[in-house]
Amino acid sequence: MSKVNEYNPSMLRGLWALTVRELKKWLKDPVMVLMLVLQPLIWMGLLGKSININAIFSSKSLVNLEIPDIQVPGSLLNPPVNGVLIIPGAFITQQLQQMFSTIGTKVMQDTFGVIDYFSYMAIGMVSMIVMTTTMFTGMSIVWDRRLGFLDKVLSTPVPRGAIIFAKVLNATLRAIFQATVILALAYLLGLQLSSNFTLLNLLGVYAAIFLLGIGLSSVFIAFSLRSTRMERPMQIISLITMPLMFASNTFFPISLMPYWIQVVAKVNPLTYLTDAVRQLTIMPLDLSTLMFDFICLGIFASILATIGIMLSWRYLTK
Amino acid sequence: MSEEVIKAEGLTKIFNKSLVAVDHVNFSVKSGEIFGFLGPNGAGKTTTINMLTTVLKPTEGFAYVLGYDIVKQANNVRKVIGVVPQEYTADEDLTGYENVMLCADLYGIPRDIAKKRALELMELVELTQFKDKRVETYSGGMRRRLELACGLINRPKVLFLDEPTLGLDVQTRAATWSYIRKLKEEYGMTLFMTTHYLEEADILCDRIAIIDHGKIVAIGAPDELKDSLGGDIITISIKENADISELIRSVEHVKDVKNENGSYRIKVESGEVTAPLIIEALRKKGYTVIKLSLTEPTLNEVYLEYTGRAIRDIEESKEAVRMQRIAIRRARAE
Repeated sequence: MSKVNEYNPSMLRGLWALTVRELKKWLKDPVMVLMLVLQPLIWMGLLGKSININAIFSSKSLVNLEIPDIQVPGSLLNPPVNGVLIIPGAFITQQLQQMFSTIGTKVMQDTFGVIDYFSYMAIGMVSMIVMTTTMFTGMSIVWDRRLGFLDKVLSTPVPRGAIIFAKVLNATLRAIFQATVILALAYLLGLQLSSNFTLLNLLGVYAAIFLLGIGLSSVFIAFSLRSTRMERPMQIISLITMPLMFASNTFFPISLMPYWIQVVAKVNPLTYLTDAVRQLTIMPLDLSTLMFDFICLGIFASILATIGIMLSWRYLTK
Repeated sequence: MSEEVIKAEGLTKIFNKSLVAVDHVNFSVKSGEIFGFLGPNGAGKTTTINMLTTVLKPTEGFAYVLGYDIVKQANNVRKVIGVVPQEYTADEDLTGYENVMLCADLYGIPRDIAKKRALELMELVELTQFKDKRVETYSGGMRRRLELACGLINRPKVLFLDEPTLGLDVQTRAATWSYIRKLKEEYGMTLFMTTHYLEEADILCDRIAIIDHGKIVAIGAPDELKDSLGGDIITISIKENADISELIRSVEHVKDVKNENGSYRIKVESGEVTAPLIIEALRKKGYTVIKLSLTEPTLNEVYLEYTGRAIRDIEESKEAVRMQRIAIRRARAE
């Protein structure tokens, strides 16, 4: 019998080749990149700026407060004096406004962990883009299958794992890129970084995104592999995006939510990504909280990736 | 040389436990030949190719490519085969050259060797001047050639071609055939191809298997298959109004005569030998021949004989074929 071809494709080579293919495709379609950034940008720019929670808790919300002059009978004072003490309403208003501002800042700080709502929700948008990017990228395997590319790749000796990992890696790299764009835009729009933010923190942000990206994209690749039509994963994505976003700390702290939503939010991986990124960027870093977030993200990533990769593997080798 | 390059034994694929796409097929392909699988869409050709190229696992049966088991030694099979799929699988957003190089990466061919081979192959399929153009600008014929180049990057010993000229116009089809022949000679490969074009099977293949409803109904060289029908057909008409069936039947070498409204359809072994004998016999009895034609059986008649359908009828039932394809795709997705 003839001898086997002398070359053996390595996992790494195949992985690299397939990932580069996707990245090249992606970069050649800048409109798509723009569209994906645009959505969270609109959310961030419009919702983050228009729902101006800061203003509610500042003196601005007491601007129209009109307090009449108050007359205090002198006998009530200590020591009592004759006549009547008149406190001008304007003075009270001013005092109240100042106090309210202080209280408001305290409320913001206690509720959101930061005094600026825009910063709070901008980081939520980072999570949102990580979620949508990884999900949509996973779907590209539907196209590969429909166009026959997947069958062609399967007929080559490239390790089956490389085919799946290339998709996962590609999705995660894209998510990291998009998240960076969102962070940069948020900064330009007024995101207030915490005083101890360094470039090292950025690496931490990437690590967190990487974990969730791997988990979510694995599941979506497995799911997409099993659906012949593009519509099905699309519907699922649009169906679950909203609930996942609202039943998490993306827009609002979960501690103030009704109990049943809290339960959902606590098993929602988005919560931990958002919190980890907030810890690393806008909040005074609390190491134990950050550790906890990372542990949760790690657990989610390993469970989701195991399920996803096992399902894909079974499909590709059937 | 009659080494068996591909051997299938009772190869079967059942989708969803009920849809039998390939039904216990047996065949072998000899070294250096072009072997064609001829059959209507949905007959099980692509499913067979997908099993032989290790994309699908058979439900039952075995197949060997160059002696390697397609299930147990799938990875060895993958290294020695090349595949040119039915679809245009090249990436539209990448250039032709980038596509060929991607294939090289999938086979793990060292970069420097891959570069040399890629340029050589682009030259062979005459795409050198378009190699840095995006594939989306390529015509159908160019894409098909690019697929050929990709399928050859690992210098395969066996090349699988799934409907290599599907959807191409007549000229491009002829050009593609000449490429396939050229490639075969250049690399001394064994070719396994599927087609539903009779002409293509006739011109290109050394041997063909006719497949229908997942079963092989006939197998052999195109000429053998035609001969198996019993030679040529002579059609004859005479001026006189008389039944000459018995007279013709008495002529030597005549196998069968049918009177079709005064026109006689005569099955003979060899038209050239028997036609003069028939004319002579008729002349002796005083009949005047006014019309005579001689036709060699085409693959279409072979096809008709074995599948009970002309290929034309099948083309007309495209809707049914489409439905079956959808059913198979769905089944595969489960």
